[in-house]
Amino acid sequence: MEYIIEMLNITKEFPGIIANDNITLQVCKGEIHALLGENGAGKSTLMSVLFGLYKADKGIIKVNGKEVRIHNPNDARTYRIGMVHQHFKLVQNFTVLENVVLGVETVKNGVLQMKDAREKVKSLSKKYSLYINPDDIVSEISVGMQQRVEILKMLYRENEILIFDEPTAVLTPQEIDELMKIMKNLASEGKSIIFITHKLVEIKAVADRVTVLRKGKLIDTVDVAKTSMEEMSEMMVGRKVIFEIVKKEIQQGEVILEVRNLTVHSKHHHKNVVNNVSFKVHRGEILCVAGIEGNGQTDLVYALSGLIKVDSGTILYKGKDITHTTIRTRSAGGLSHIPEDRHKYGLVLDYNLAENLVLQTYFKPEFQTGGFLNFNNIYKHAEQLIKQFDIRSGEGVYSPTRSMSGGNQQKAIVAREVDKDPDLLIAVQPTRGLDVGAIEYIHKKLVEQRDSNKAVLMISLELSEVMNVSDRILVMYEGEIVGQADPKSVTQQELGLFMSGSKREVVA
Amino acid sequence: MKKLLKHKTFLGIAASVISILIGFAFGFLVLLASNPANAVGGFMTILSGGFSDGMKGTGNVLYFATPIILTGLSVGFAFRTGLFNIGAAGQFIIGAFTAIYIGVKWTFIPPSILWIVALVGAAIAGGLWAMVPGLLKAFRNVNEVIASIMMNYIGMYLVNFMVVQTIFDSAKNQSITPYAATIPKLGMDLIFPDSSINFGFVIALIAAFVIYIVLQKTTFGFELKACGFNRHASEYAGMNSKRNIWMSMLIAGCLAGLGGGLLYLAGSGKHIQVVDILAQEGFNGISVALLGLSNPIGIIFAGIFIAYITMGGFYMQIFRYVPEVINIMIAVIIYLSAFSLFFKEKIADIIKRIGVKA
Repeated sequence: MEYIIEMLNITKEFPGIIANDNITLQVCKGEIHALLGENGAGKSTLMSVLFGLYKADKGIIKVNGKEVRIHNPNDARTYRIGMVHQHFKLVQNFTVLENVVLGVETVKNGVLQMKDAREKVKSLSKKYSLYINPDDIVSEISVGMQQRVEILKMLYRENEILIFDEPTAVLTPQEIDELMKIMKNLASEGKSIIFITHKLVEIKAVADRVTVLRKGKLIDTVDVAKTSMEEMSEMMVGRKVIFEIVKKEIQQGEVILEVRNLTVHSKHHHKNVVNNVSFKVHRGEILCVAGIEGNGQTDLVYALSGLIKVDSGTILYKGKDITHTTIRTRSAGGLSHIPEDRHKYGLVLDYNLAENLVLQTYFKPEFQTGGFLNFNNIYKHAEQLIKQFDIRSGEGVYSPTRSMSGGNQQKAIVAREVDKDPDLLIAVQPTRGLDVGAIEYIHKKLVEQRDSNKAVLMISLELSEVMNVSDRILVMYEGEIVGQADPKSVTQQELGLFMSGSKREVVA
Repeated sequence: MKKLLKHKTFLGIAASVISILIGFAFGFLVLLASNPANAVGGFMTILSGGFSDGMKGTGNVLYFATPIILTGLSVGFAFRTGLFNIGAAGQFIIGAFTAIYIGVKWTFIPPSILWIVALVGAAIAGGLWAMVPGLLKAFRNVNEVIASIMMNYIGMYLVNFMVVQTIFDSAKNQSITPYAATIPKLGMDLIFPDSSINFGFVIALIAAFVIYIVLQKTTFGFELKACGFNRHASEYAGMNSKRNIWMSMLIAGCLAGLGGGLLYLAGSGKHIQVVDILAQEGFNGISVALLGLSNPIGIIFAGIFIAYITMGGFYMQIFRYVPEVINIMIAVIIYLSAFSLFFKEKIADIIKRIGVKA
């Protein structure tokens, strides 16, 4: 077999952590090669080395059998390596065509020559069935289409090696299917693809071979066809993973949260982002609000946690009206919130782990005396949580949270929120972007809350999560609750109908 | 040893020292370019700087350092809480005016405490002045850089107007000397005889220490820093980010205003001139804060250093360098000093590489 890319014995060390420890990755021409690993396993580091963003401490890179040195992304481009980043690098107010040619424009006497470029973009779009209109403005097309623009950019530059960094994280289920088709198409046209992911289903669907990393070490490279999903996840996590969630029989208790006719106006248009929403959450249950992103779930949670003002309606928590109380009052009253955006809301990235773990409790008597922080107790508290919740990081309690992996950042937030011993835990997409090991862990924690007779309100976009974890499902569409379902009896298709607004029923 | 090398404090100090050295090298080039014959002599003068006059010179360095330590603290404190206080010049002069006004007009207060009242007044006035951009930022999300720059000019012209209206010495076109409120020496003249230093320097040290404690050790500082690093996360955690923003500016303004009071009550012949120039101490505060890496203790040393080379600049006139060249040289040194953040990362890199080899 002929290798187009070989990364041999790559070692890359960061302060306190060996991100890549003697890793070898060999990609054949025309194959889709998956790179699988938990968060913090070293996938991104390895790809950053290949793309010239980091310099490896040890090891060599070969392209087409010849050893090369890649110092920066420009070098990577010379060797026809292209990357679709998780967060797109597009100019929002440029057209598709302008974005594609950006940086490699054809210029004649100082004037842009777009005609040839337009033809080339059109023919590429047709060849790989991307269905892109070169004159659309990027800000006006869907996320899925924006991703295709990124793919088109790589093709326009005649890249032969395409790196996809967790490309499905931002896509809807339909868009994911289409992306899979496009990837297969690209491979059959002779492009080689490195597909970074931790979703086993997707690997099964498209990849030829898979290289598994764990904690910075190479575990193995295997044929996807000959390996089961269970085997892959075991390789990735290092132990057997239970996909099924074990729950006790539901013991629905008293009502802990009651929302009555809650309405929140939009800041941007005259519609209500949350429109006349009413529901109840009981002790001992996990209530899940499902829905496609942007249908008001975020605003609903902000209203419940106190981050935005409610325009009308009431929120009753443990029988008390908390509609207009401060965030701190709610939090002190036992309401915990795992936010959707862990970097924006969940953590102060410049604070260390211990400081983040007391972000909402620093004023409590055990952490301060007369306004002076009691660092002894703060660090003791952090050490205890790190142990209890298995939060891994380079420098323990002193680790800057910015340098921690996504999964461990999320664990830290979960630790903080669960440690408050809340009566109601609001978890918004708690497993977004996490690997199976971390997902399993966080689901277990949510179920533990439920089983200890607390209430959990979960917001999720992932249907499988909605179906597996919840005891009761509400579906939100355009700011309204349009359906209620029992996860034991409802099908994914039926939920899909509610979520897309094609079906609606009156919810009591 | 290895632990020491990796320590953050060590890195910070090393970075500041390296950038200062490079600044000196460039400063020397400036001297060479303008008057090669006297370059070496002039450069030596800058090096020996404020210390060339023994304890008197040292005292004067500390005297000059006092106001810029406070404006440096003002900028550095705001910066640590995520705000860029460009308005130290305005807060400084408003504080200075208030101090002189109280010193001249409120003579019903016994002289033994009049200076204290005047300094407190200066701090409050400076604080209120800074609170305006703080409130605008907190409640209307107005960029504090722009608001505080404009407050600089409003402050300058307002003070000019108020000086002429209330405490004007028309013969000299400047403010009246507030003799009754002169800051006492309290023994500083025994250590540094004949120099202009007074108890104000000790007040500057105390201010730096208090700011250090507030930022590092208190729940209040914890909130302010959290809000500065990530306003959203601090709100999510239930902190009152609006209050934190204007409180931060208020404290920054108090520091700058206090600096103004300390300089103009020093009894060393400094008066508010009715001219259209922003107080230089305000902008020097930015350099001091940068060189001190916004660390209160670092700011003390940075303030002393900048006072030191400024003093050296005075002496350089012996070598017939025009003041402009001296100012350019000082500016070059300060400018490069601000690169300390850059060097901090470089040094960390180099240490790591050596560490790997060993």
